[in-house]
Amino acid sequence: MRVSFTVNGRPQEADDVWEGESLLYVLRERMGLPGSKNACEQGECGSCTVRLDNVPVCSCLVAAGQVEGRDVVTVEGLADFAKQREQHGGCASEASGASAGPGACGTPLDAAKRWEARPSDSQTGEGAELAPIQQAFIDAGAVQCGFCTPGLLVAADEMLERNPTPTDADIREALSGNLCRCTGYEKIMDAVRLAAARQGEAV
Amino acid sequence: MDFLRPASWEEALAAKAAHPTAVPIAGGTDVMVEINFDHRRPEYLLDLNRIGELDDWEVGEESVRLGASVPYSAIMDNLRGELPGLALASHTVASPQIRNRGGVGGNLGTASPAGDAHPALLAAGAEVEAESVRGSRLIPIDAFYTGVKRNALAPDELIRAVHIKKADGPQQYSKVGTRNAMVIAVCAFGLALHPATRTVRTGIGSAAPTPVRAKAAEEFLNAALEEGGFWDNGKIITPSVAKQFAELCSGACNPIDDVRGTASYRRHAVGIMARRTLTWTWESYRGTAARTEGVA
Amino acid sequence: MATDTTADGARATAPVGTPTKVTQGSRTKGGIGESTLRPDGTLKVTGEFAYSSDMWHEDMLWGQILRSTVAHAEIVSLDTGEALATPGVYAVLTYDDLPTAVKNYGLEIQDTPVLAHGRVRHHGEPVAIVAADHPETARRAAAKIKVEYRELPVVTDEASATAPDAPLIHEGRDDHHIGHVAHPNIVHRQPIVRGDVEAARDRADFVVEGEYTFGMQDQAFLGPESGLAVPAEDGGVDLYVATQWLHSDLRQIAPVLGLPEDKVRMTLSGVGGAFGGREDLSMQIHACLLALRTGKPVKIVYNRFESFFGHVHRHPAKLHYEHGATKDGKLTHMKCRIVLDGGAYASASPAVVGNAASLAVGPYVLEDVDIEAIALYSNNPPCGAMRGFGAVQACFAYEAQMDKLADAVGMDRVEFRQLNAMSQGTLMPTGQPVDSPAPVAELLRRVKAMPMPPEQQWLAAGEAADVRQLPGGLSNTTHGEGVVRGVGYAVGIKNVGFSEGFDDYSTAKVRMEVVGGEPVATVHTAMAEVGQGGVTVHAQIARTELGVAQVTIQPADTQVGSAGSTSASRQTYVTGGAVKNACELVREKVLEIGRRKLGTYHPAWASAELLLEGGKVVTDGGEVLADLVDVLEDEAVEVEEEWRHRPTEAFDLRTGQGNGHVQYSFAAHRAVVEVDTELGLVKVIELACAQDVGKALNPLSVIGQIQGGTTQGLGIAVMEEIIVDPVTAKVRNPSFTDYLIPTILDTPTIPVDVLELADDHAPYGLRGIGEAPTLSSTPAVLAAIRNATGLDLNRTPVRPEHLTGMA
Repeated sequence: MRVSFTVNGRPQEADDVWEGESLLYVLRERMGLPGSKNACEQGECGSCTVRLDNVPVCSCLVAAGQVEGRDVVTVEGLADFAKQREQHGGCASEASGASAGPGACGTPLDAAKRWEARPSDSQTGEGAELAPIQQAFIDAGAVQCGFCTPGLLVAADEMLERNPTPTDADIREALSGNLCRCTGYEKIMDAVRLAAARQGEAV
Repeated sequence: MDFLRPASWEEALAAKAAHPTAVPIAGGTDVMVEINFDHRRPEYLLDLNRIGELDDWEVGEESVRLGASVPYSAIMDNLRGELPGLALASHTVASPQIRNRGGVGGNLGTASPAGDAHPALLAAGAEVEAESVRGSRLIPIDAFYTGVKRNALAPDELIRAVHIKKADGPQQYSKVGTRNAMVIAVCAFGLALHPATRTVRTGIGSAAPTPVRAKAAEEFLNAALEEGGFWDNGKIITPSVAKQFAELCSGACNPIDDVRGTASYRRHAVGIMARRTLTWTWESYRGTAARTEGVA
Repeated sequence: MATDTTADGARATAPVGTPTKVTQGSRTKGGIGESTLRPDGTLKVTGEFAYSSDMWHEDMLWGQILRSTVAHAEIVSLDTGEALATPGVYAVLTYDDLPTAVKNYGLEIQDTPVLAHGRVRHHGEPVAIVAADHPETARRAAAKIKVEYRELPVVTDEASATAPDAPLIHEGRDDHHIGHVAHPNIVHRQPIVRGDVEAARDRADFVVEGEYTFGMQDQAFLGPESGLAVPAEDGGVDLYVATQWLHSDLRQIAPVLGLPEDKVRMTLSGVGGAFGGREDLSMQIHACLLALRTGKPVKIVYNRFESFFGHVHRHPAKLHYEHGATKDGKLTHMKCRIVLDGGAYASASPAVVGNAASLAVGPYVLEDVDIEAIALYSNNPPCGAMRGFGAVQACFAYEAQMDKLADAVGMDRVEFRQLNAMSQGTLMPTGQPVDSPAPVAELLRRVKAMPMPPEQQWLAAGEAADVRQLPGGLSNTTHGEGVVRGVGYAVGIKNVGFSEGFDDYSTAKVRMEVVGGEPVATVHTAMAEVGQGGVTVHAQIARTELGVAQVTIQPADTQVGSAGSTSASRQTYVTGGAVKNACELVREKVLEIGRRKLGTYHPAWASAELLLEGGKVVTDGGEVLADLVDVLEDEAVEVEEEWRHRPTEAFDLRTGQGNGHVQYSFAAHRAVVEVDTELGLVKVIELACAQDVGKALNPLSVIGQIQGGTTQGLGIAVMEEIIVDPVTAKVRNPSFTDYLIPTILDTPTIPVDVLELADDHAPYGLRGIGEAPTLSSTPAVLAAIRNATGLDLNRTPVRPEHLTGMA
């Protein structure tokens, strides 16, 4: 079957999709976006976390056909997504019906559809513009093997959007669906605290 | 495999009637695991994501009509007052990402004894609104679970919604797992006090082939509360009553040994959870009873 | 040279995801000792870093492995006809299709069939492989392969393995261990006998015995086994894969393919964690076979279910210990027997036995010991390397013994350990003196001195209990009822580097030249970066030694000599040592050029003490002699050199005596837990660690390693175990639903106190660090749970049913 949806602000299309394919597979193997990771494919590790119409989900558990016409943000588009959000005044007033529910905030769907992720042709990543949460992960030493990192970044970014001043317990709860096997999570906690603090300073 | 994408509820019912083997997929949190791990190759996948009304809920006088696909996170955020037990149960479901996709309809459709919603539904009192091209019916929750991963749905039926009694008293929910988050229940327990009818209801998960109520325990407690005038005097429930209630809840289990836990542990844990949730709900009732005296 | 003949023209076109060099620029100028940031960090946070499962090639096929559904059986028949006839299927291969006489592989003993030959020895053994144009096509085709098994009796423990009539897992063994084992189902046996245990026992006022069980742990790295094999025009194959040791893979792959090693060109793809589980081959040979057969690139990616069958696990163990102590608390003797279950194939079992035996005493002074360690062959899943192997199992047992002894003597448990702690100069039970700092007592002192976490933190937020801070977490099982706090301590010892006479070396190629008007160092090794941060450290070493800001780290591949394994806590020591050594040789050559070109301008050029700093040649007094740019001009200096640590020797097969190890690593933990004693649920509140690292080349990375290793120890303490059915030998929980690893809500704060006492034998005085924290974490948590519950817990992991008497 054919599937069309928006990824990181760009319309994408995939043909000859087998009906049992997940959104994760289509992103990774058909759209050249392998940033979302395939660690468990059973919704237990969070490494495939993307935002589907703004909501963090495990892309391994979304059937490709279910995404038809919808809007996906992956780690590859996170920096631009965060930048867009910043330019529109953070999560202040633009909540739309497509967001997670009352009190939720974030980039509204129509706004999200207007932006495009920068072309990613960088080989080394040098000079890349990063989202605050991405920079914080590097600075805090929260990246080791890095396989859990994309999912954690998407989840943590979304949490900070909803809750700019999380307690440690809030961070742990929000990230409890993302397994990391390398770090023991301490540096991940540091990174999220750091991103929250920097976000606070910037306001 | 064919992927059916009905745009409306009517289309979905028609598709299910035409293809009774079609597997409904909403949040995908059960179905996709089975597909990814090659445990299941349905002939048809019936996508329900396009049907907006499945994501809606209506709060009525007596009950909440909860659309089958309302995600757990929305229940936690919006229905904590009306459905406190289910909101607590929702919070124990897997991870935030899963709670954003999965809903009660899927839990009912899968009808796994380990489904987190079941004990809360049993305790609160609920009816499953099943619909087919032939019509709609309400299945009492007590009659819904018919065997291990089997339910009372006819092959052409889909779950439209669940009608859950609005809480008229405190409710609690506890679940044991070997991890502090993101864990499938070793066993689970739901308890609801219904001061309006002066009854209690329970629900037990993962400790029998189907989710079950501990009816003997409920009857015992109903009688003990009545006898002691507890509903009126708001006294602390005596330890011996709590103990016997817990034992009867344990006795309602018919568990197995598996990789997640032993049968004897499950019986034991259900008893502990029964005692604790009774204490929590009763303490809460005593608090509110004091405040709302004369109103009820 | 061989490497030159593989001209680029012969190589296949590079697939998407081929690693590229990473240049780290002026933002991080740090040398060793600084917490410089990862050179691959930006790629990893943007999703651009290409892991082995991300590889993609035009026209590629997908490989699928058919695995045995039973643990021990004869293959009566195997029919691939229907699978091969499936549209979209390009190849179906079985044992009969293997191209050469070499049909087995193995790290030390080549006992593992590439594809089963008439018999399967464990659940999940590869039987056939399929290549097709879509993973689903490959899966469906694999399901159409008809295999008829005749089941054989299974061997699952020591009793069934060593019974006189036990089925032999491997008949006709001719490996070098068969001569000294009592039964062909024993892979290897290592006794260590020193002093006189019987006489020493007479001096003991207290004798304590214990029987301990250690469960089978999985590495559970998040990046699944995966890779891409691309056939090349010269008949060879280019293999992109996640591994811990490229050259070891190569040595095992090439003979099976019937290719010379220079025609199997391996490149390290991004590795999503390893922890020992990638030391053995997984999909490498299968992908190459399919690629060579079909003439098309073949990608294989395991799913999580398959991953549980696709790599070896940590050896489960039964350990029997007897210790004695005098009434004033001095250890008198130790006698132990450690039985490790190696499963169906040898993998690293011999080395695991060596470690378990030689480290069975722990970091204590004990002159009279009688130790025996064996590894079994069985029909259980094969076991091999995992972080801290051999030492982890022993530490769990001897630390439980230390608590029991301290209690028997009536001493404080930490003081008892400190009284018996080894120090520099102590003789190991192998007779080898510990010739660098061994601050065991000090580590215990430090970890004990750390402030205790506050009580009842679940009440801190407000009047309602915060269940996230309680045992059971989000599951809402307690609001404080039944919760008891416990505290436990443990300390451990791990060897660093490959031991027992193994020629453990690494190769580094370092190049220095002027690029864009700036001196640039390029470091090329075959070191597997698995997340540990070796690439960060290599750049730091190059900056320190060569005084440059810009360092380029080349992708790891087999175009440079072996860097050994990323295991045994050895990479910073050995490959780091090789990089340092190569840099020193480059520096000498640069200085030679300088002397040749500029020596006449300044007398100091004749000095032996010249340094390269800040892009300049300077004297040790800091006087600048020249810019490196002016010294090098358009010349490039390059050195490729092997570097070895001090040689070791094998342990005597009867007495276990011998200088078998290079270096030791020590860590101590204090665990604070809260246990819901009624439900048997555990919340670890804090896991404090003190570790001696010799020299922290990158403090941020050091702490990250310690915290990560600590958490893996926590996992085996309270939740992680591969459960194998004792009757069928089948794995019962091969998924992340039922094999649980700690989430962020299970993991406590992990304060780390880093001690830096230099080992003068090692580069920069550093000490290998990756494994030690995994040792003492587990027994510390167990001790804390015992402390909270009063239970005598002799197995790990402890699950709720063990803590409630409902097992």
